[in-house]
Amino acid sequence: MLSKTQIAQRIAKEIKNGQYINLGIGIPTLVANHIPDHLQVVLQSENGLLGIGPFPKSDNTDPDLVNAGKETITMVKGSSLFDSAEAFAMIRGGHIDIAILGALEVSENGDISNWKISSGLIKGVGGALDLVASEARLFVAMHHCHKDGSSKLLKDCKLPITGVKCVHKIFTDLGVFSILPEGGFKLLERAPGVTLEEIKSKTEGKLVIKGEIPEMESFDLG
Amino acid sequence: MIDKRVANASEATSDIADGAVLLLGGFGLCGIPEASIQALIHRHLKNLTCISNNAGVDDFGIGLLLKKRMIRKLIASYVGENEEFEKQYTAGELELELIPQGTLAERIRAGGAGIPAFFTPAGIGSDVAKGKEIREFDGRLYLLERWIKADFALIKAWKGDTAGNLIYRGTARNFNPLMAAAGKITIAEVEELVPAGELDPNHIHTPGIYVQRIFQGETYEKRIENVTVSA
Repeated sequence: MLSKTQIAQRIAKEIKNGQYINLGIGIPTLVANHIPDHLQVVLQSENGLLGIGPFPKSDNTDPDLVNAGKETITMVKGSSLFDSAEAFAMIRGGHIDIAILGALEVSENGDISNWKISSGLIKGVGGALDLVASEARLFVAMHHCHKDGSSKLLKDCKLPITGVKCVHKIFTDLGVFSILPEGGFKLLERAPGVTLEEIKSKTEGKLVIKGEIPEMESFDLG
Repeated sequence: MIDKRVANASEATSDIADGAVLLLGGFGLCGIPEASIQALIHRHLKNLTCISNNAGVDDFGIGLLLKKRMIRKLIASYVGENEEFEKQYTAGELELELIPQGTLAERIRAGGAGIPAFFTPAGIGSDVAKGKEIREFDGRLYLLERWIKADFALIKAWKGDTAGNLIYRGTARNFNPLMAAAGKITIAEVEELVPAGELDPNHIHTPGIYVQRIFQGETYEKRIENVTVSA
């Protein structure tokens, strides 16, 4: 079973040279720490920045420089700043290559629900509705199950939907899955030490297992 | 040049009355009109409609207006981190309209640009699309969203000049330039106000035409919502 950091490390392996990427709040934010140095990629923050850099040193925080999670950040060389309408023009207009989001539920046909819900109230969705409606490849990073043990990979989403048929790949603590065009979670890789039986028992939606499913390549857990 | 200067936040906001519709700039607590909000909480206003990406936190930003129960309706994309909101909303004292962030930005932009409505893919298949016109373009579905305009826009910039030209800093720009154009009366507060002619016209983000009143705030707390640092 993977930790949040390991899920982020696994997703980072999907990133290719030259891509513009939007990282959502939670596990997706961690992906930034694991992008190989030799790749030239640009991270977008939908509150108006292309070129998110590492978190600042404690003596160098700037209240005028935060990411979409309202965390203090820095800018890399070659960054640009813009307003919120411009930020979403980039997203809707198909200029962002990959969006990595957290989710509460994903359905077997690729619907996603990722509203922020607390104390039973829907607190909003921020930029996720726009991101899932964009042309970007949509990766979901999440735990396979809710805290009560129920599956987040469902036949149909039970919570209000954020976007329909938009998810391309799902990265959980148990494995990597793609969404088949005809519907279904196709298992691509198992996390180290995770059995097919465990994945089957924890996936409520249609799970498609074809041939030998490789265990994830081991990676540096530093 | 037209001189847009007013003395301070109280003068700038003195004609905001009960029931007014307000646009408030900022993303979280970044780039919010701190001084104008402070001036408003000292007045006993009622039934305000506040349009802003977020609702502040309990003791800062729009959260201060919530605490004084001045807001009847909130239009935002995300309202977490605010217990007061939750209390009033659960008690049925507060109306809430949640809008996808990009749609919120574009609706405000449209309001300032004289575009009454536009089609967007955001929200198709979700509750956001309920009751809205949906149309197919080139094989994809889009929904119709209307412009947003307001009686007042309260915005914050880094530097401004007496002609109302504004320059923002970092990600504190966010919704501020869009709102500047969508407010019938736009009140801009800045950290540094200079005479017209001192800012390089090449560097202006918001042209003064959108700004009706400008003042320099006395102090800025610029509270950070989540201080996150590297080791």
